Amino acid sequence: MSATETWGIGAPLKRKEDGPLLRGRGTYVDNLDLPGTVVMIIVRSPYAHARIASIDTAAAKAAEGVVAVFTGADLRDDWKAAMPCAWPVTEDMKNPEHFPLAVSQVNYQGDGVAVVIADTRAHAVDAAELVDAEYDVLEAVVDVAAAARDGGTLVHEELGTNVSYVWPLESGTFDEDADVIVKHTYVQPPLIPNAIEPRGVVARPEPGGDVTLWSATQVPHILRVLTAATLGMSETKLRVIAPDVGGGFGSKCDVYAEELLAGAIARRLGTPVKWIEERSENALATIHGRDFVTTLELAATADGKITSLRANVIASMGAYLQLVTPGIPLLGAWIYAGPYAIPNYSVTFTGVFTNTTPTDAYRGAGRPEATYVLERTMDLLAKELGMDRLELRRRNFITEFPATIASGLTIDSGDYHASLDRLLEHLGLEELEAEQQARRDRDDVKQIGVGFSTYNEMCGLAPSRILGAIRYAAGGWETATIRCLPTGTFQVVTGTSPHGQGHETAWSQIVADQLGCDPSEVEVLHGDTSISPYGLDTYGSRSLPVGGAALWSAGEKIIEKAREIVAHQLEVSADDLEYEAGTFTVKGSPDKEMTVKGAAWAAFTAHNLPDGMEPNLEATATYDPPNFSWPGGAHAAVVEVDTGTGDARLIRYVAIDDVGTVVNPLIVDGQVHGGITQGIATALYEEAIYDEDGNLANGTMAMYLVPSAAELPSYELDRTESKATDHPFGAKGVGETGTIAAAPAVINAVIDALSHLGVTDIQMPATPERVWRAIEEAKQ
Amino acid sequence: MHPVTMTVNEVRHELELEPRDLLVHVLREQLSLTGTNVGCDTSSCGACTVLLDGQSVKSCTLLGVQADGATITTIEGLATGGELHPVQQAFHDHHALQCGYCTPGMVMAAVSLIGNREAGDRDSIRAGLEGNLCRCTGYHNIVEAIAEVAGSTS
Repeated sequence: MSATETWGIGAPLKRKEDGPLLRGRGTYVDNLDLPGTVVMIIVRSPYAHARIASIDTAAAKAAEGVVAVFTGADLRDDWKAAMPCAWPVTEDMKNPEHFPLAVSQVNYQGDGVAVVIADTRAHAVDAAELVDAEYDVLEAVVDVAAAARDGGTLVHEELGTNVSYVWPLESGTFDEDADVIVKHTYVQPPLIPNAIEPRGVVARPEPGGDVTLWSATQVPHILRVLTAATLGMSETKLRVIAPDVGGGFGSKCDVYAEELLAGAIARRLGTPVKWIEERSENALATIHGRDFVTTLELAATADGKITSLRANVIASMGAYLQLVTPGIPLLGAWIYAGPYAIPNYSVTFTGVFTNTTPTDAYRGAGRPEATYVLERTMDLLAKELGMDRLELRRRNFITEFPATIASGLTIDSGDYHASLDRLLEHLGLEELEAEQQARRDRDDVKQIGVGFSTYNEMCGLAPSRILGAIRYAAGGWETATIRCLPTGTFQVVTGTSPHGQGHETAWSQIVADQLGCDPSEVEVLHGDTSISPYGLDTYGSRSLPVGGAALWSAGEKIIEKAREIVAHQLEVSADDLEYEAGTFTVKGSPDKEMTVKGAAWAAFTAHNLPDGMEPNLEATATYDPPNFSWPGGAHAAVVEVDTGTGDARLIRYVAIDDVGTVVNPLIVDGQVHGGITQGIATALYEEAIYDEDGNLANGTMAMYLVPSAAELPSYELDRTESKATDHPFGAKGVGETGTIAAAPAVINAVIDALSHLGVTDIQMPATPERVWRAIEEAKQ
Repeated sequence: MHPVTMTVNEVRHELELEPRDLLVHVLREQLSLTGTNVGCDTSSCGACTVLLDGQSVKSCTLLGVQADGATITTIEGLATGGELHPVQQAFHDHHALQCGYCTPGMVMAAVSLIGNREAGDRDSIRAGLEGNLCRCTGYHNIVEAIAEVAGSTS
């Protein structure tokens, strides 16, 4: 085994990040204890929709330990711009003015109306109770479909409508005369992302008007630019640091009111300001995901060739447009046909306002919403055609790559049949079907079902030109710098910002593989705008597809310069040098060699470099991906349903994923484990429940069922591999695949378990009550 | 204010506590033991789990004054010398942590579970971890790590 096989690309290297985290030495924001820090507490609206009649802060200001109290009106002039939305998806998109604290009207339960600053958290909490806000309560609109209809309650009266935008994508004409057309409407409820670390921010004013902001964020670079703009400061005056961040899943990919408030108030008071979110506060004040109502139609020939797809999506924006709220549906717009070749394609999104927490990116962001309705409808179509559900999928798989799909993009690579074949090798479908039949025959109270999801997705955000074409405000490139230090070690600076994904380990493996060193000799720096001036951060499974490619490109530049140095040092032509895993050798003279590390020393001393060459061996690359990343695969869920109680339990889950080249299989498996768990949770447990007045009814971890180990089985994973041809070493994104694939597999399994009773539909999450009702209704 | 004595990670502390001070806040703010994290406010997530007289407790669910006279071990007190505790080592070996925020509580819960011989098989481990939530790992590798240390049968 060569050295690189043990620690280069493809090796199951244990993570470099683990040591401090295992010893309780993490640097999460709440662990920062800066001298002179004051604590900020937000006073939030108890109503989902109300005019602010008055706010009396006198008693709070007089309370023990209180430093200051501010209302929205007090701070209005601190904002040089409204809170940012970076994705105006249409020219005429409606975007209500949104400030960190509401000034005259609140639009969701949890909208901030005042802040209390005190010397201790306890004093701030006590004083917040004394802020006396009076409201004139308005009627609320919560249901996304109702909000979209004319004539009802308006969230923002000044807009004259609840519809923010209508965004169509159409290619071809729907075949209305097809042999078979199936049509079904699906509700995908709002979800609370629930990263285990709630959000938090510390803002420290620096001499000369600068501010340093520590935030539990996925996007320090984006946060820096937009916070500076909102506060009216130069970008150069603001440094943002993302220290250890305790999970994000999209919910920390945003610019939040509290980050802006902490920055503004730290400048006003001249002292560090700290805000740490409580969990129940997180349920209201951190973005939600999903909340789509989608009608999907598929038209097919009698022999199961799908000819047309039409999706009509109503997507809740919540009360305001956060950073990329309106763009979330669009991230799925091109994959409603998934891995299937469907020539006629039409998707329409209607973004609507509701009096609920704003929605934004949650793991998968637009793609789970697409895959769910497609894979559910594939089962419906198979039933309608009287065809095996896997045979229907196989008949429609895209098989030749690169494949230009009806929605207009090109899938560079994939092998969907291979993934499904591998899945069936692991699953033992015949035995499961026999077991299912036996239970049906004996009328067992516990029935089993098997559900499938064959999926692809597009991630690795994103080619900048495409982002420009769909009106996203920024590019999609990423940067990396490699510095070859004189002692034979390597310093990497990446513009991506990990929060659990293991970039330090994976990036070290890439450098080790390419430049010939041990991963322990690579230092990876990230998450601080003062050390990585450029970067577009971590979301949309982009870090390896884009940031990893930038790192590889920087490595190629290092090799290129090192080749000239080595040629000069060995007194040979650069063309006569061969390079492999960190070492240059001379063709025909195997005894003559020099490593990249040797070249780095030569470049550092600069005693004997080619004429005109700059000393030091260092390179920066910015990589703009030529395409999205296109992972895919085949998943199966096996559930057992108690037909007496409606309790559905997952008993097996088999996931076959094709994520191209794997840098670290430990990390990739971990991403898949976590991803499918969030998809399973969507299917069986999780839903943010609002009452008709817009009160969040289950906004605590005691009420909102994030699954524990006790609800879940161990998973069975395997991979197939089709290398990404639009990536320098063939890698594809993996962070969201599991979440995208899992929910339809699980719901399809629940329906399969009950199909002999006549059950054809169950809304997510398939709670015992919903399952029991579906069984009872089928009996009618 | 109430005088309270507690031994934390083998160091004896004499403290003056307000009746409302939660144990987790005493550990984090007064003793600067920030390895114990706060993840919720309903005693649901277990990120704040520590050992109190050898048993796992959620330190957000105890008042500091209730720990008077107690012996407490936090994540910072688990490794001895330079060596990771076997549960910490197994978490590293099995990639049982990603963001790391639930990890201190999860490790302490696992230590207690193994010590109480409640980790005989994977189903027992899963049942025993019911009070500790992780959003990153899907628990698969956490269960594998604990099973290895406990010598679980299946």
